[in-house]
Amino acid sequence: MSLLTTLARLEAVRSGRAEPLATVRHRHLSDRPMVLVPLTAAGESGAPLAVMLGTDRDAPRLHLVPQPLNRTLRFDFLAELAADLLPYLESFADDVEQIEGSEKDPETGEKTQVFRELCADAPQLIVPNGAGVHHLALIGRSTRFRRTVEDNEPGPYPAPVRVPLLGRWLTHLTDRAQVPGSSLLLPMTGLLARHWATGQSHLEDQHLAARLAWHRPPPGLTGAEAAELAESARDEHGQLLHPPAGPATDPRFDESVLAPAITRYDSAVGALQHSTEQRDEAAAERARAAVRAAVEQLQAVLTAVLLPTWRDVWQGLDLLRTLPPAGHLEERWTGDRWSYTGHRDRLAAGEPPQPRQDDAVTAARKLAQREREQARLDVQEALDDPLAMAEHRLAGEAFSGVVTEVVPDWDTTGRSPKPRPLVTLRTADRPHADLGKEVHRVHGPSAQKAEVVAVDAAEGTVTLRVLSGMGRKKEPEPGSLPEPGEPVTFTLFELTVRQSAPLPEPDDTPWTHGGPPGAAPAPARSTAEDPSASEEWE
Amino acid sequence: MNVSTNVPLGGPAEPLAQRLAELRGPAPQRSLNARSLAALAANPGCHRRAVLDAAGVDKSVLAARLGRPAPFGQSPFAIARGVIFESRLKADDYAPLLEPLRRHLGVPADGHTPLLVPDLLQRSGPAVRADRTAQALALAAADPEAWTLLDHPLLRLDVAGSTAYLEPDALVVHGGRCTVVEIKSFPVLDGSADPAKVGAAARQAAVYVLALQQAAAAAAGQPLADDPYTEQRLPGSPRTSVLLVCPKDFGNRPTAVTVDVRRELATTRRQLSRMTGIGRLLDALPAGADFDLAAEEDGAPARSAEQLAASVEAVPAAYSPDCLSTCELGFHCRAQARCGDRVEQLGRGVRGELGSIRTVAEALAAAGPSTRTSTVTGTGTGDQDGAGGADDAAERLAYAAALRAEALGAPAPARAPGTDA
Repeated sequence: MSLLTTLARLEAVRSGRAEPLATVRHRHLSDRPMVLVPLTAAGESGAPLAVMLGTDRDAPRLHLVPQPLNRTLRFDFLAELAADLLPYLESFADDVEQIEGSEKDPETGEKTQVFRELCADAPQLIVPNGAGVHHLALIGRSTRFRRTVEDNEPGPYPAPVRVPLLGRWLTHLTDRAQVPGSSLLLPMTGLLARHWATGQSHLEDQHLAARLAWHRPPPGLTGAEAAELAESARDEHGQLLHPPAGPATDPRFDESVLAPAITRYDSAVGALQHSTEQRDEAAAERARAAVRAAVEQLQAVLTAVLLPTWRDVWQGLDLLRTLPPAGHLEERWTGDRWSYTGHRDRLAAGEPPQPRQDDAVTAARKLAQREREQARLDVQEALDDPLAMAEHRLAGEAFSGVVTEVVPDWDTTGRSPKPRPLVTLRTADRPHADLGKEVHRVHGPSAQKAEVVAVDAAEGTVTLRVLSGMGRKKEPEPGSLPEPGEPVTFTLFELTVRQSAPLPEPDDTPWTHGGPPGAAPAPARSTAEDPSASEEWE
Repeated sequence: MNVSTNVPLGGPAEPLAQRLAELRGPAPQRSLNARSLAALAANPGCHRRAVLDAAGVDKSVLAARLGRPAPFGQSPFAIARGVIFESRLKADDYAPLLEPLRRHLGVPADGHTPLLVPDLLQRSGPAVRADRTAQALALAAADPEAWTLLDHPLLRLDVAGSTAYLEPDALVVHGGRCTVVEIKSFPVLDGSADPAKVGAAARQAAVYVLALQQAAAAAAGQPLADDPYTEQRLPGSPRTSVLLVCPKDFGNRPTAVTVDVRRELATTRRQLSRMTGIGRLLDALPAGADFDLAAEEDGAPARSAEQLAASVEAVPAAYSPDCLSTCELGFHCRAQARCGDRVEQLGRGVRGELGSIRTVAEALAAAGPSTRTSTVTGTGTGDQDGAGGADDAAERLAYAAALRAEALGAPAPARAPGTDA
């Protein structure tokens, strides 16, 4: 957390309201996002209890597991979820555009023109918080290796057909969510935290309702008071007025509401089983009604617990939409569209599910990608948002000022003189600019480099020699240089992110990193430890 | 750090124990357990928690009386899951537990030596159970060939003059040494588990190891090693690696991992030795302050909420937002931190960033426009010595405030399209 963020938090403490941390919206928001609020059953990692989802804020759909310990019911639930979510995810697959590219023939080295498909849009999932992303990752991990009746060897417990596919999509989306700046799957708390500071700690900000309380505190209350009410106010039955955004539920809800409802379901199911065994049709009919009633009651209590968070997520989207989109959103969203298209293609090609652990080359690639995207995100946010640029200026990595003087000068060492004018600017910033340091002009007419030739700290001036971006002639192109009186910003970091050195193909993994996958150790592992074969059921 | 004061205290402890009992009043003492001892290590600087825990005050009740009840609770589903997993481990004469255990201790499964599971008199009182555990442990340690499993033994640990009883899930004794077994129901997924949960389990297990070390040292008539990282190889002494048994992936099959708890052990020892220094903290308490939660004969509480709040206020707390998830008084201390306008309410890191500035008002005053007179003073990075610490932080704040105001005040700069590629 930087000092600027801290300052915004301090201001929020004083004002009692959330304070801006950005002047533009730094994440893409889909026109048709899928909001998904999951709940997990306590005690067992990744055990789903319910999920509320939908693209229409007025029409949330609820799926639930009436007895979370029963894994057959759990897979029924996942099949329902797959039937609900997959059509949304797949609805973006068919509308494509052709992107021209070139491909090098590996043998002749000749470049040939190729066209690749890129989906015109991609899905976007919004969950309430970071724990929700983690929960989806666990569901993905627990389902993507499952065998179904369509497999050659379905095994003793085949899962419904579309469930492993759901697992692969969830794995892809949660994996992509690790990439800085990506927007296929976003937690609402994280989105809000990027754009506004509250007067509480990051830990407390994880509670979506408490976070939102700082944005719109009820009249007469400060953000802190409203947040505390959201955290702890309970009704006369001891139930939270604003249940946590999950995926974990409040223990007191589990104890006095959920557990009795599940027990009622269990006994109804027990009665139904008993009456079927006794061939007592009248009793069976009564029991079936009791099971239906028990499920309806579970639906009612879980809806009541999920709806506040559901509304909160939509309210968060409303808040974010009040900010104008940042300039580089399209570019980053294109990266997300490529990611979506790539996964679509892998599924279509019949590739196996994502492995439990990445091989060395894939892991290195992912890491390099995340580092590169982080660097790119930092630069792009700084270019899009003066508040983000202020972070760099505070850190001494950039400086803004007003041009006081432009002195023409030339480099005459070559055959023809090249323009190397001196630009002096007055700035209150204190960049870590040693003499000779290369700096880059922000928002100039073209990419422009300069070097620091003099710093007068007492006067607050920096003099730069402009090195490029002035055309090829002896005199700089008109308009390519800043004029005296013009505000300018220079950064000490480059404004485009360099590509890292290429990594080998997985098949060329060096022996130092375990060798190519599929070599010696792999087959032993895949037979002895086939995840779907060894994972015990019930 | 005089750790030898951890061994059972003699005469000098009596007035201390009495003083602590007075603080608590007639309410039943809430004894320390491994969890609460481990939680102390989470926030070592908090005098309030140290005093309340040493006095055995029920902090949940206290928090409720102060008007901000602790939000903690355990879901019945989580408890059920833990019980189911543990009972599965103990099925078939502990076979599912023993198999990973043998593998980790590097002892081949021979099948010849049967596992001894002595009766530890589970239904007796704690003193009897603890004596019985000590006896069974000594017996088991005497035979290096035997495999003995102590199921829910009870250990004693003297903390600041009062005895805490601790109940590990299991102890395995083989080769004259014992290993603490901690059974948890969070999964080890594809070879890794939630680090926060593993950390909590390790801190808890370290308390058991410490209790066993003290018992072994006392039994051998030797002092406990001064260095917590030294492993004393006494009969019946514990290994400093504990076995963490968790479900593997999403199933119920157990997997065991050894966790080295020496670091946690050192922390725990330091914490507990500090607790014996509690006398100093008590001396600072004003006369008449106490935490009596009991009710008078007519049912009215002995102390009003205001009296309790004043007593609590008399002991300084080291609040940080982490407290909300570990301490029953977290919400109370947060409210106080907010009332006091202290910067800790925003997190530990903020405190470090702001140097000697302690309150939000001070920080904002430093950031205010009035102080922004000396804009450029050298490179600003040269003087970082302690003397200029406050000024340095204030100056940086003022600088940050100016940048923020400029960025927020100015409309988004007009940009020539497509120029920053």
